[in-house]
Amino acid sequence: MKLAVLGVGAVGRSVAELAGEYGHTVTALADSSGAAVDPDGLDVAATLERKAETGAVGDDTIDAALDTSYDALVEATPTTLDDAQPGFGHVEAALERDRHVVLANKGPVAERYDEVRALEADSRGRVLFEATVAGAIPTLSTVRSLGPERVSAVRGVLNGTANFVLSRMAAEGLDYEHVLAEAQDLGVAEADPSFDVNGTDAALKCVILANVLYDGGYTLDDAEVAGIRSIPGSALELAAEDGRTVRLIGEVADGDVRVGPRLVPEHGTLAVGGTTNIVQLETEHAGRLNISGAGAGGPETASAVLADVGLLEPLE
Amino acid sequence: MSESEPVRAYTVRLELQDEPGELLRALEPIADNGGNLLSIFHERGNITPRGHIPVEVDLEATPERFEEVVDALRENGVNVVRAGAEEYAEELVVLLVGHLVDTDLSDTLSRIEDCGGASIDDVALSAPDGTDELSSARIRMDTHAGAAEQALTTVREVADEKGLDVVEPLAGGGDA
Repeated sequence: MKLAVLGVGAVGRSVAELAGEYGHTVTALADSSGAAVDPDGLDVAATLERKAETGAVGDDTIDAALDTSYDALVEATPTTLDDAQPGFGHVEAALERDRHVVLANKGPVAERYDEVRALEADSRGRVLFEATVAGAIPTLSTVRSLGPERVSAVRGVLNGTANFVLSRMAAEGLDYEHVLAEAQDLGVAEADPSFDVNGTDAALKCVILANVLYDGGYTLDDAEVAGIRSIPGSALELAAEDGRTVRLIGEVADGDVRVGPRLVPEHGTLAVGGTTNIVQLETEHAGRLNISGAGAGGPETASAVLADVGLLEPLE
Repeated sequence: MSESEPVRAYTVRLELQDEPGELLRALEPIADNGGNLLSIFHERGNITPRGHIPVEVDLEATPERFEEVVDALRENGVNVVRAGAEEYAEELVVLLVGHLVDTDLSDTLSRIEDCGGASIDDVALSAPDGTDELSSARIRMDTHAGAAEQALTTVREVADEKGLDVVEPLAGGGDA
C-alpha cells in the first residue's frame, strides 16, 4: 500500500518509520511547515533528518501531498475541535479522490462524524480510526468484532497524563501542582496540559466511541465533562482510608457520554497506574472485557494506525 | 392462605411528631398485625423540614400482612413516608470537594438524607489548610434498593448549588 502521511509529530513520524516493516511505501510526508512528495516512495529516514535539520520535511505543499499517488491517507495532524480543520478538509480531499483514510486525529470523527460517514458513503475509500481511541489498545476493532449493538457500555481510563497525575498524587501524597510539574519534566504532560487534565481528550475518545456504538450523532457538546484540577490531595487520602482511589473515568452507556473523576476500588481493575490506559466493555454475551495498555506514544499509536491500514484493500 | 407465602424483609420510613409515646404508638400496629420487628433506626438528631423525626423500621412479614401493617399505621395517624420490600441496601460513597464548611456541611448532609432514599452512615472531613480553605469530605451512605441514583442526583444538585465538586463512585460496576 502507498501511504501519504500528514502530520510529523510522534505518531506520524512513527507511522512513516514503521511503514516499510509492514510492507508499505510512503509517498508523501507533510505537516504545516511543508511536504516531501515522491510517488515512487520517499526515503523516510532522509526526509525526517531534513525535518530535524531545517524544520521542514520538504519544499512541497500539503496540497501536493494530498494530490500525489497513495492508497491511504494517514491523517495524524494535531486534533482540533469544532470544525476539526484542517484535518476534516484532508479527509474530504482524500475521500473525494476515492482514497482510504486512516485517522489518528480525533477531531473529524469526534466533531463531524456524520459528515465523515456521508463522505465515505459516496467514496470508494474507507475511513478507519482505531488510533483515535486509547492509542495502542484495540478498542474499536474489539467493538467491531463483538458488534456495536452487543456492547452495552464502555468505560475506562483514556488519558495517560491525567492518570499519571492522579496515581502519583495518591501514591506520594503530593498535591496537583507538584505532580503536574514532575509530569511536565518527564514529558508525560505537555506545557499546556489543559486538554488532558480538563477531561477534553478523554471526552473526545468517548464521543468517538458513542458515534461507533450508536451510529453517529455525537459531538463534544453532547459529553458531560469534568476534569481533575479541583481534586486536592486530601480527597485522595480520604478515598485511600476507605480502600478507594480516584481515576478520571470516561463512560459511554445508555446513550450518555460522561467524563469525570470517579471513586474506584484502590486495587480494582480500573485503578491502573502511571500512564496506562484501560478500556472496559460490557457485552451482551461475552460478559465484561478489560483491555489495558499504552494509550499514547509514537510507535504504540502507530501500531494502531498500521493495523487499520492492514484492513484496507488496495485501490485502483 | 397467606401462611404459605414467603416472609420478606421490608423497610418502612415513618415521620413522627416529637411527642412522648409517639414511637410506641407507631410500633404497635406492626406487632398487632403479625409483623416481626427487626430493627428501628430513630434519627432523633435529624429533624425533617416539617419538624418531624424520621424513623426507619425494618420488619419481616408476608406480603399480605405487610399491606395490613401499612394500612394500620396509616389508620393510626402515623405518617408513612415510604414502605417497600428491601431486597438489599446499597452502600454509596462520594467525595465532596470545596468550601464545605462555609457552605454549611450539616445542611448539605441533611438535604442528602431528606431525599428519602439514603441514610448517612459516616462522614470524614479533611481540611488540611484550615476550614476557611478548600476541604474534602467522604460521605458514606446506605441507600435503599434502586434509590442510589436518586441519592446521587440529590448530591449533584446540592453540590451544584453550593459550588462543590463531587467525585462519584463509578456507576455500573468496574469493581471487579
